Amino acid sequence: VSAALKEGQVTPTELCQRCLSLIKSTKFLNAYVTVAEETALKQAEESEKRYRRGQPLGVLDGIPIAVKDNFNTAGIETTCASNMLKGYISPYNATVVQKLLDQGAVLLGKTNLDEFAMGSGSTDGVFGPVRNPWSYSRQYKEKSVPKSHSEDKDSHWVVTGGSSGGSAAAVSSFTCFAALGSDTGGSTRNPAAHCGVVGLKPTYGLISRHGLIPLVNSMDVPGILTRCVDDAAVVLGSLAGHDPKDSTTIQDNFKPFELPSLIDVSKLSIGIPKEYHAPGLSSEILSLWSKAADLFKNAGAKVIEVSLPHTRYSIVCYHVLCSAEVASNMARFDGLQYGHRSDVNKSTESMYAATRREGFNDVVRGRILSGNYFLLKQNYENYFIKAQKVRRLIANDFVKVFRSGVDILLTPTTLSDAVPYTEFIKEDNRTRSTEDDILTQAANMAGLPAINVPTALSERGLPVGLQFIGRSFQEKQLLTVAKWFEKQVKFPMIQLEEVKKHDHGVFQHQKSASLL
Amino acid sequence: QKVALAVLDHLEQLALVDFRDAEGIERLQKAIQFADHLHEVNTDGVEPMDSVLEDRCLYLREDDVTEGNCTKDLLKNAREKVEEYFVAPPGNIPLPKLEERETVLQGS
Repeated sequence: VSAALKEGQVTPTELCQRCLSLIKSTKFLNAYVTVAEETALKQAEESEKRYRRGQPLGVLDGIPIAVKDNFNTAGIETTCASNMLKGYISPYNATVVQKLLDQGAVLLGKTNLDEFAMGSGSTDGVFGPVRNPWSYSRQYKEKSVPKSHSEDKDSHWVVTGGSSGGSAAAVSSFTCFAALGSDTGGSTRNPAAHCGVVGLKPTYGLISRHGLIPLVNSMDVPGILTRCVDDAAVVLGSLAGHDPKDSTTIQDNFKPFELPSLIDVSKLSIGIPKEYHAPGLSSEILSLWSKAADLFKNAGAKVIEVSLPHTRYSIVCYHVLCSAEVASNMARFDGLQYGHRSDVNKSTESMYAATRREGFNDVVRGRILSGNYFLLKQNYENYFIKAQKVRRLIANDFVKVFRSGVDILLTPTTLSDAVPYTEFIKEDNRTRSTEDDILTQAANMAGLPAINVPTALSERGLPVGLQFIGRSFQEKQLLTVAKWFEKQVKFPMIQLEEVKKHDHGVFQHQKSASLL
Repeated sequence: QKVALAVLDHLEQLALVDFRDAEGIERLQKAIQFADHLHEVNTDGVEPMDSVLEDRCLYLREDDVTEGNCTKDLLKNAREKVEEYFVAPPGNIPLPKLEERETVLQGS
């Protein structure tokens, strides 16, 4: 579509308007918390002026994007899907948002998520759950919805996965060309797998977290969601690099790259970690994983089984470290400087307590309390420090495997395809997160880059993705392999009625569905 | 092994967040049970890991003022303010003791 903009086949304002009206007609997905219609149109107009002068800022100029609602966006409400921040208008842009705007991207709005990014379904935010666009696809309806219920849209819809579900749904339903998510335990890759889009988790330290409301400072990264791997590379190129405002970004020079079109995987060594054959892994996904391994074998790559023995402890480890960091990070929400403030006025402490009581949901409160428990003097050594030691063991597992000559790891992203909402809510948030994060969490523990590539449709007509994990800061190699794989599997396009109605060729055409 | 009432109370005071109901307390119990699995791992001789970037030096910039003068913007988001001050209710007043508070812990 970027080429289309350059050639004048479509203008930024047209593109923006089409996306905005598509957002309106897909409102039932509940993917967006805030739609910044006025500012988006203004940005689109500015972009149009630049194109007319023949001076676009780059590939992203005029491209509609969406941002997860836990990134600060100047002048636009940032809520983290929580009562604690309802009405909070950010006074500044997160670095990644600023970078996108500086490239001329058009910010359509903020997307829905689990409250404070805690969750794996995008169901626990105060604005309600996000619906997976595939629930309304012809592919799902044909396979899963019995004829007699075909009028009742409401009972069979499936979750998006989380916590960046809104962003994934927005990209999947064509309302934007790229979206930002965040990834702490799999929050970008999980919904990417369920919504059939590319979800990239960059190496920790590559992209600035300044302005991303933190969950776990040592594991959070901004995530990138797009419809194809090339697009993810483009967005990565505009976001990566040292930020003086985030001292956890590395100082090495980052060179944006373009992925080759002819890719030869025969010199690669692909590792298949046996522990990722986790209990509960659906036989469909297991077989897709195996077929994928064969694809690489047949192309001449060396495919070997490897072992990451501490994988099964990554969830427990995450549970302790995450709640400990959350207890610390959520301490800033006291009602004094921003956000919700209770009317209770007896004392500072009671005002703080009441504010937090009113502002946080059960999940957040639960994590704060367990975090504080693990950080108590009598528990610090046994839980927090212990978890940090286990973290090193997990990270070392990866180091050993990569040192032995393996270039990329191939694993499933999720245990199954998306489940219906009515099923999903039968288990509580912590149980769900424990189950759903098992395949994605370890990469966050070790800070490694990982990407979900949509692979095939399940028997129920829903997307299933596979995950590639790479070496630190080797995003180019990771994305190259992902692109090769993407070309091989030819994942089908979602067939959504709403998109068809709004499209006059811009969205449906395969080439223009993506940036490049 | 249930968590002592005194510890639960202490947590509510530290976190300034309440358990709300019996379910909240149950949640903590389950969280601790789950975390206990960590003890299955042998970590003798292993150093705790704070950050995956531990082999690198953190970036420290020059101690020069590069931004600021945004008082108005920052005050916009506060509900109670007077001139350029954030206003808080009186401090140094401890939260009521367990016996005096209305909390689910009373019944435990």
